[in-house]
Amino acid sequence: MRTVVPVVERVVETPSTITLRFDDPRTARPGQFVMLWIPGDDELPMSLAYVGARKGVTVKAMGSTSRHILDIPVGAPVGIRGPYGTSFDVSPGRILLVGGGSGTAVLAPAAEAALANGSTVTAALGATTRAELLFEQRLRSAGASIAIATDDGSAGERGYVTKLVEGLLAENEFDVVWTCGPEVMMQKVIAAARPKHVEVVCSVERHMKCALGMCDACSLGPYHVCVDGPVFPADRIASLPEFGRSKRAPSGRSVPA
Amino acid sequence: MTVAAVEVELAGIRLRNPFLLASGIWGESGESLKGAFDAGAGGVITKSIGAEPRDGYPNPTIEAYDTWGMLNAMGLPNPGIEEYPREIAVALSAGVPTIGSVFAGDADSFADVAKRMAATGVLALELNLSCPHAKGLGSEVGSDPAEVERVVRAVVCAVSVPVIAKITPNTADPVALGLAAERGGAAAISAINTLRALAIDLTLRRPVLAHGLGGLSGAAIKPVGVAIVWQLYEALRIPIVGVGGIRTADDAIEYALAGARAVEVGTAVAFGGIGVFGRLASELPLRLDALGFSSWAAAVGAAHPRSASAGRTA
Ligand SMILES: Cc1cc2nc3c(=O)[nH]c(=O)nc-3n(C[C@H](O)[C@H](O)[C@H](O)COP(=O)(O)OP(=O)(O)OC[C@H]3O[C@@H](n4cnc5c(N)ncnc54)[C@H](O)[C@@H]3O)c2cc1C
Ligand SMILES: Cc1cc2nc3c(=O)[nH]c(=O)nc-3n(C[C@H](O)[C@H](O)[C@H](O)COP(=O)(O)O)c2cc1C
Ligand code: FES
Repeated sequence: MRTVVPVVERVVETPSTITLRFDDPRTARPGQFVMLWIPGDDELPMSLAYVGARKGVTVKAMGSTSRHILDIPVGAPVGIRGPYGTSFDVSPGRILLVGGGSGTAVLAPAAEAALANGSTVTAALGATTRAELLFEQRLRSAGASIAIATDDGSAGERGYVTKLVEGLLAENEFDVVWTCGPEVMMQKVIAAARPKHVEVVCSVERHMKCALGMCDACSLGPYHVCVDGPVFPADRIASLPEFGRSKRAPSGRSVPA
Repeated sequence: MTVAAVEVELAGIRLRNPFLLASGIWGESGESLKGAFDAGAGGVITKSIGAEPRDGYPNPTIEAYDTWGMLNAMGLPNPGIEEYPREIAVALSAGVPTIGSVFAGDADSFADVAKRMAATGVLALELNLSCPHAKGLGSEVGSDPAEVERVVRAVVCAVSVPVIAKITPNTADPVALGLAAERGGAAAISAINTLRALAIDLTLRRPVLAHGLGGLSGAAIKPVGVAIVWQLYEALRIPIVGVGGIRTADDAIEYALAGARAVEVGTAVAFGGIGVFGRLASELPLRLDALGFSSWAAAVGAAHPRSASAGRTA
């Protein structure tokens, strides 16, 4: 069911990213998403960056609707349906988290839950520049160790976060890697983890309409990302011809990713 | 113990069971069509395909209620008939009995896109005459019996596969539409598409769906579908495909009793997953047995007074 609730907090996370908090008592697990309706504008899938009773979505300005979301003030009504989809298994383990850009939004609540369960978490965070790093402080205070890469070298290592991943995998033992970001990035993470036989779990995005596993908008090979995902074990999706290469446009046409 | 036979023949197509995937559900990708068949469907109907790619309406496109129903205004998103044959090829090469659904704004364009759909190798066509929420398309074509007859005749002349006309419930006289399609040469009628409906958010004081009006589907519309199938069965000679709100084998048998030779299942996929087809297929023979029918075919039209079904082939 859909509920319409007011935004109760608005947090500027980076120059291009904000978090909207709202109260919604429904149970949600880290990795799940909601359909966020901006009345008068679009309704978009957004991962839950906070999964408790005071939920939150962390939105990066991309196209017209997400830019509009950045301007939404406290008190404004938004529509919420969900939570939908699969989640991360947060049972205790040694976890490497690899987030590119706003991909870190979905990993943060999973990391917090895993740390609370006694896991160790190392977070490799990538961003274009220092100011765009997302949830570095949040993850640090939850107890994760942090490694950083920025495209311009303004923080951490210069270059892509995938460069850090190879080193981290070589020097540490991990049970699992959780990753969310551009599919080319996730492909590199999968490739880096394969020789070490470390399991990789990805959160992927596809165009969504119903979010109920019905309309087929979000199909990815034999899967529907809205119900079979968005969180997938990499071995289920890495070899699909679409992964990292194509996605479906709103019309259902296959277009380059 | 004998188990009731559930195979059916519809417009020359043999189906292992009467459950077809309804148009618009799991129908954009070939792998999904195949997935629905693998899950247990007797056959599949594609997403309604038009001449050109269409994005459909913006979100929100869906308002889901607790399992009793759902409102949608997708706006006929589809990749267009140029691109779509590659999806059908995936289903056909896997041996999936596939029916191609098409839509257009008038008889000539219907014939055009139907010809191209038929060329993909689909076993039959379903004409979406009834989409109640696509401006200038479905509804206006499908609510006028004369236009329905023109469209069906144009398509029947253009293709050599059987043509199923899917009619709208948003009319005072669905039987007139069915008779028009029969006169036009349709091999079967499917009924019903969604019922025009609206949801308004109380706090926002505005319609929820971006398009405003939408179409109601799911359990809530089953009695409407059963009634229209009943009326069509009394008036028509061609077979009828029942659709609207089917979730259980008993729902399907109710449609059969009203006169449906086969049925389509759509919204139940949203609430029960694609596994609903496997459940329906395994429940059906057991329920037919329990109700004293030797086969699905024996149940078709069985609730009608004998006079109405006399002379029919169903
Ligand atoms: C499961 C899931 C979780 C997501 N979580 C987040 C998140 O936590 N934070 C965040 O900033 N973004 C997230 N996104 C992406 C978000 O839904 C939008 O795609 C993005 O905000 C751009 O939307 P736009 O309308 O501003 O851009 P547009 O200019 O409309 O389009 C830009 C891109 O957004 C995509 N897009 C537009 N509408 C949809 C839609 N209905 N479904 C999917 N993609 C769409 C387009 O395909 C295009 O690639 C998530 C997407 C999915 C599928
Ligand atoms: C999301 C959605 C999309 C649909 N798209 C189409 C379509 O493209 N063409 C069509 O003929 N019917 C379409 N329909 C109507 C269904 O095929 C079916 O007639 C209707 O939903 C009633 O059946 P149900 O209650 O089992 O869903 C759609 C229905 C839904 C819910
Ligand atoms: S969004 Fe409709 S099937 Fe996933």
